Amino acid sequence: MTRLARLYKNGALLVMTLPGLLLLLALHYLPIGGILIAFKNYSLSGGSFFRNFANSPWIGFDNFEFFLNTPDAFIITRNTILYNLVFIFLGTAISVFLAVAFNELRNRRMAKIYQTTILLPYFLSWIAVSYLFFGFLSADKGILNQLVFEPLGHEGVDWYNRSVYWPYILVFANVWKYAGYNCIIYLAAIIGIDNDYYEAAALDGASKWQQIRHITIPSLSTVITLLVLLGIGRMFFADFGLFYQVPMNSGAIFDVTNVIDTFVYRALINSGDIGMSSAASTFQAFVGFILVVLSNWIVKRIDSEKAIF
Amino acid sequence: MKVSYRGNAISQTANTAIHAIFIVIGLSCVVPLLLVIAVSFSDEQTIAANGYRFLPEKLSLDAYRYLWQEGRTILNAYAVTIFTTVVGTVLSLAVISTFAYPLTRKDFSYRKLFLFLVVFTLLFNGGLVPWYLVTTQVLHLKNNIWALIVPHLFNGWYVMIMKTYFQTTIPDPVLESAKIDGAGEFRTFLTIVLPLSLPGLATIGLFSAIVFWNDWWLPLMLITNDKLLNMQYLMYKALSFADYLSNASGQNYGSIMQLSPPALTFRMALAVVGIGPIVLAYPFFQKYFVQGLTVGAVKG
Repeated sequence: MTRLARLYKNGALLVMTLPGLLLLLALHYLPIGGILIAFKNYSLSGGSFFRNFANSPWIGFDNFEFFLNTPDAFIITRNTILYNLVFIFLGTAISVFLAVAFNELRNRRMAKIYQTTILLPYFLSWIAVSYLFFGFLSADKGILNQLVFEPLGHEGVDWYNRSVYWPYILVFANVWKYAGYNCIIYLAAIIGIDNDYYEAAALDGASKWQQIRHITIPSLSTVITLLVLLGIGRMFFADFGLFYQVPMNSGAIFDVTNVIDTFVYRALINSGDIGMSSAASTFQAFVGFILVVLSNWIVKRIDSEKAIF
Repeated sequence: MKVSYRGNAISQTANTAIHAIFIVIGLSCVVPLLLVIAVSFSDEQTIAANGYRFLPEKLSLDAYRYLWQEGRTILNAYAVTIFTTVVGTVLSLAVISTFAYPLTRKDFSYRKLFLFLVVFTLLFNGGLVPWYLVTTQVLHLKNNIWALIVPHLFNGWYVMIMKTYFQTTIPDPVLESAKIDGAGEFRTFLTIVLPLSLPGLATIGLFSAIVFWNDWWLPLMLITNDKLLNMQYLMYKALSFADYLSNASGQNYGSIMQLSPPALTFRMALAVVGIGPIVLAYPFFQKYFVQGLTVGAVKG
C-alpha cells in the first residue's frame, strides 16, 4: 500500500486524533526540544522564542557547572530524594495498615463514614490545605501555640521560621492528604481476595492475626511492590504544592523545604535566571527518566500487565 | 464500597481499637475545616486578642460583610473557576476520547506510533523551563483565559484509562456490524462508542473537573492580570499577602488587598467560600470517584 493510500484509508480516524495530536506536539514534544535551552545562554529579551533561541550562543555544559557548584544543588537533591523515600515507605505502611483494618470493620455505616472522612483531604487543593495548617501553626493566633504550648507554660513556637519541625510537618501533610486515596487502592485488592482462603484458615483454627499475616499481606505484596516501584520512579519529582504552599514559601526554612521543583520555579519566576533553572530542570528530567525506566523495567519483570510500557 | 463478609470476626478489643484509630484520623480530616469555619464567624478583635478558637468566643458576620463588599472580585474569580472547569472538562473529554478511540482500533495503521507518543510523555518531559517558554512565547498562553484551560486538556494517563475502557466495554462485532450497516467512522463513534462508554466518560470527566476546579498552578505560572484570577489563586494571594492585610502598608496587590481589616477573619471567610463547594459536592461524587478509582486499579 502506498503511503498516500494508507493515509486515505485511515483518514477518518486520523482526523479524530488531530486535536489531541496537536496538543501533544505543542505542549509535550516542543518543550522536549526546548531542553536545548539548557545548553545555551538564552535571554528573554524581545523577539519570538525561535529567534531568541537562534540568537543565543551555545555554551555547552556551563549552566550545569554553575548549577552544580551552588550549595543549593546538593540541598534540593537531598531533600527531594529523602522526602520521597519517607513518603513511599511510611505512606505505604500506613495505607496498607488502614486498608487491612478497614476491611475488618463490621459496622458498615461507620465504615462508610470513616471512608468519607479520610478521603476528604485528597480533594482539597494544597492552597486549601495551607489554610488548614495555618489555623494550627500561625505563630500568634494558631491553635498549637494558643491552646497547647502556652497553656502548658511553654513559649509559643514560630513555626514558619523554624526548620527543625518541617520535616515532620511535611511528612504528616503528605500522609494525611494521600492516605485515604491509597487506602482505597489497597482495599480494592483486599476485597478481590477469594473468601475461601479465610474460611479454610478459620476452620483450621488460624487466628485473625495469622490470617492477615499469611493471607492478606502476601496477597497484597504484588500491588504494594508495584506502587512502591512507581513511587521510586517518581523519586526525582516533588509535589510542588506541598513544598511551596504548605510552608507558605517561607524563606527561613528553605533548607528543609526547598526541593528541585521549588528551586526551578523560584530561579525561573522570581530571579528570571533561565540558565540556572533550565540546568536544574533538565538535570531533573534526565535523572528522573533513568529512574522511571529502571523501575518500570523491574515492574515489567514482576507483572508485565502493570508496566507503563 | 463493599465490605465482604468473613465468617470469623475480630475480637472486641481489636474492633474497638480499629474504631478508635479511624475516629482519630477522621477527626484530623474534619476538625481543621471546622476551625476555618469557626474563625470566619468570629469577631475580629477577639481573634486578634485571643487567637483562633474552635468555638467562636464572640460571633460576628463582619468577615462575610467585607466579603460581600468585595463581591465583584469574588464573583469574578468564581466565574473564572466555573468557566474553566466547565469548558475545560468538556474540551478535555472531547480531546481524550477522540484520541483514545483510534488507539483501540487494530486496523488503524498509526496505532503503535501514536501509542508510543502518549506513553513517552508519561516517562519523560522537557521540564518546567522549556514548558514555560514554549507555553508563553510560542503558544502565547499568558494572561488569557485559555492559559487556564489548554495546558490541562491532554493527559496521557487519562488517555490510557479511556483506551482500556473502550477496549473492555465495546465488543469488536458491534463495530463491525456498524460498518456493514454503512455507518462511517464518525457516526459509529458518536452514536455507538460514546453512548456505550458513558460511565467511563463520567469518571474521566470527574477527575478532570476536580483538576480544573482545584487548579492554582496555571494562574501561578501564567496569569498576572487580576481579572483572570480564579478562586484558588485568590485564596493563595489572600494568605500569602497576609502581612499586607494586617498592616495595610504594602504595595497594591489588586483590589482584594485594598480592604481594611477584618483581615484575620476575612481570610478564613474567603477560604470557606473557596473550599465550600467542593466539600459540599464531595458526598455526591465520592461514590463515582471511588468506583472509577477501583475500575482503573483493576483494569490497569
